[in-house]
Amino acid sequence: MIFDFIEILFTAGFWAATIRIACPLIFATLGELICERSGVLNLGIEGIMSIGAMVGWMAVYQGAGLYSGILAAAFVGAIFGLIHAIFSVYLGASQHVTGIGVTMLASSLGFFSFKLILPYSTTPPKIEPFQPLDIPLLSDIPFFGEALFQHTPFTYLALASVIIIFWLINSTPFGLSIKMAGENPMALEAQGIDVLFVRSVAVILGSALMAVGGAYLTMSAFDAFYFGMVNGRGWIAIALVIFATWKPERALLGALLFAGLDAYQVRAQQLAGAVVPYQFFLMMPFFLSIIAMIIAAKKTRYPKALLIPFRRGERH
Amino acid sequence: MTDLLEIKNITKRFGNLTANDNISFSQKEGEVLAILGENGAGKTTLMNILFGHYKADYGEIIFKGSELPSGKPESAIAAGIGMVHQHFTLADNLTVLENIIIGERSLFSPSLPQKSAREKLRNLSDIFGLPIEPDTLVINLSVSEKQRLEILKTLYRDCTLLILDEPTAALTPQETDSLFSTIKQMVSKGLSVILISHKLNEILSVSDRIVVLRQGRSVGEVCTKNADRKKLAEMIVGGTVDYPKKQAVKKGSEVIRLQNISCDAINDSSKGLNEINISLFEGEILGIAGVTGNGQIPLAKMMAGHLKPKNGEMFFLGKKITSYTPKQFMDLGVAYIPEDRNIDGLIGDMSVWENSIMTETNDLQVRSPLGWLNRDNCKNSAHLLCSTYDVRTQSLQQPARLLSGGNVQKLLLGRWLSRRPKLLIACQPTRGLDEGAIASIQKIILEVRKKGNAVLLITEDLDELLMLSDKIAVLFNGSLSNSFGAEKLNRSKIGLMMAGESFDG
Repeated sequence: MIFDFIEILFTAGFWAATIRIACPLIFATLGELICERSGVLNLGIEGIMSIGAMVGWMAVYQGAGLYSGILAAAFVGAIFGLIHAIFSVYLGASQHVTGIGVTMLASSLGFFSFKLILPYSTTPPKIEPFQPLDIPLLSDIPFFGEALFQHTPFTYLALASVIIIFWLINSTPFGLSIKMAGENPMALEAQGIDVLFVRSVAVILGSALMAVGGAYLTMSAFDAFYFGMVNGRGWIAIALVIFATWKPERALLGALLFAGLDAYQVRAQQLAGAVVPYQFFLMMPFFLSIIAMIIAAKKTRYPKALLIPFRRGERH
Repeated sequence: MTDLLEIKNITKRFGNLTANDNISFSQKEGEVLAILGENGAGKTTLMNILFGHYKADYGEIIFKGSELPSGKPESAIAAGIGMVHQHFTLADNLTVLENIIIGERSLFSPSLPQKSAREKLRNLSDIFGLPIEPDTLVINLSVSEKQRLEILKTLYRDCTLLILDEPTAALTPQETDSLFSTIKQMVSKGLSVILISHKLNEILSVSDRIVVLRQGRSVGEVCTKNADRKKLAEMIVGGTVDYPKKQAVKKGSEVIRLQNISCDAINDSSKGLNEINISLFEGEILGIAGVTGNGQIPLAKMMAGHLKPKNGEMFFLGKKITSYTPKQFMDLGVAYIPEDRNIDGLIGDMSVWENSIMTETNDLQVRSPLGWLNRDNCKNSAHLLCSTYDVRTQSLQQPARLLSGGNVQKLLLGRWLSRRPKLLIACQPTRGLDEGAIASIQKIILEVRKKGNAVLLITEDLDELLMLSDKIAVLFNGSLSNSFGAEKLNRSKIGLMMAGESFDG
């Protein structure tokens, strides 16, 4: 019996599933991470993921190509990022309140417009989602080939985005200004850089990534859109940012860890579902994530200016 | 020499407050121009306008013959103006190099100029004698290193006019001297410097010309070599100041004794305490010097009962203290003037009368036996307090945050002193106050001593420390030096001890 539980870890299917489940979390966590690095908490994440899931799917359903679907999702995410930026960055409103507002607006608007466009669908209609793309040669390697190299292009995009965001934050002037806006906006202002602009772009970019994370759900993981399908992944991403101590490479690690626990619990359920109630397994990834967060986030250095609005020309 | 900078009729208002009122002056190339004035005289506002943080309501700035656009730090930087702010504008969790190169390239450039920046930084360090390690995180730098970094930052952007806003506020006397030699070196290399300060000594030692501001107005300009100290002081305050005098007081019995007291750091910016011994007598003022963050706050908090020591014992009037609560210490007769009077001392949005009875609500003078506050009695006692300690308010109903710093401090001192404490703990009691208020606060402190009470004075102002204290000890890294008679010490000796040198005398 115990052997069966350990054996799960040695199946390529388990690892492939882990990566699949991690993808939306990778996009969302990176998105939130960029926002928070610039000093803006974006609680709009859950709603932005929902509307991203809807828009990406709907674009494809209406005849657009899959990649155009991703772009459409990113664009709508950017719009909601702009809304969040106008209120929380330019007008200096509470980031918490604005973020919750964006989440409520985006998720309701997503489902509302879905119903408006497709009023009579009882079973959710389907699209032809991204198909697995076997990478030549690499996908033939036993075990690793199936675990790593037989995914959809969207999955490879998620992994590539970790590298891109890592590069953006660590090696470009813009990344450096994002970090500085989140540490000490006055330092940025004193070097002649517009803090509000930097923060807004970070929020817009981050929100676009969140929406793409939502689109992954309807365009690669599943093939349909239904209400509540984001199912708290946005909130998990917010926790993962803390787990990641605001570093992209650790965001990948966190997303994989959580996804691994999730993939594992599904398989463990099949093994022991008769003995232990299935809810116990459903709970497991969340429970273990909390433990992991407590351990990992103990000595976190959070961005010092997170949550603090910056107002120009005010007496400090 | 031609004029490098011309400030013409600058006016800036914040709501009802006119921070700058029609200020004009000019600066020549290669000149060290000092802007002198009390806190709140409008010096920083003026510099923030020059650098572009604020937009002036009126007036113009001509730099190198052309007008500087208002409200744009990026154009000021591009024109060659660099500013070192009083509160450093550094990102703590980034490296020295990252703090320097930000803003050099366009935001959308694909890479950072790491390599060339390193080279240029090393050159600048060599030329100006300002060594720095480019890959250290800023959080690990000392205050003077942070300032060095700020200066390097401006030099890196090729500044020709450097503005230093209260640069010596957090430096030891030795670090101040080395900063001034840096300034002289920069001037010899062709830079011009504007130095903002409220410290007369410093200005006289380093500047070429002085502009004095008072209440937002320019009240005079003098060449430093013709400057008369006393006259300048009068220009700053706008009248003569009646300075307090210390009289001899007989030392009485012991009030408080700390034996091998230790505690852990309470936050990142302050050290804990390491086996502190203090013995303080009636009629005595013990001055504690030290650079901020070396354990002053834990020491004061502990002696006021806000913090429990990890090890060691404390005796008050010979009796061992067993419980460390603020209430216990208040009842014993300890008064505590916290460092941040506006946050820990008063509640700014509550009225003057409410603040004046806040700690006295158990007194049957202000409340009825059933527990109601008796407003008339409250106001009477507030009125008495304000007249005894010369707290100037528009009305007792006025919110405390609208009082000037000096009046806030007098209100706070008055509230504590009406309890007739045996021990007064005063943390930075005159910080940020104007000259007149400083004199009255110092008088009150000397009065406490004269009445045969003990005072623990924690201050960064070495002149004040030397003038008021009977004994002086220095906190460094959480340890306290032996205490010395104030007459045996001088500024430079204390400065060395503050830097941790010759710590045991």
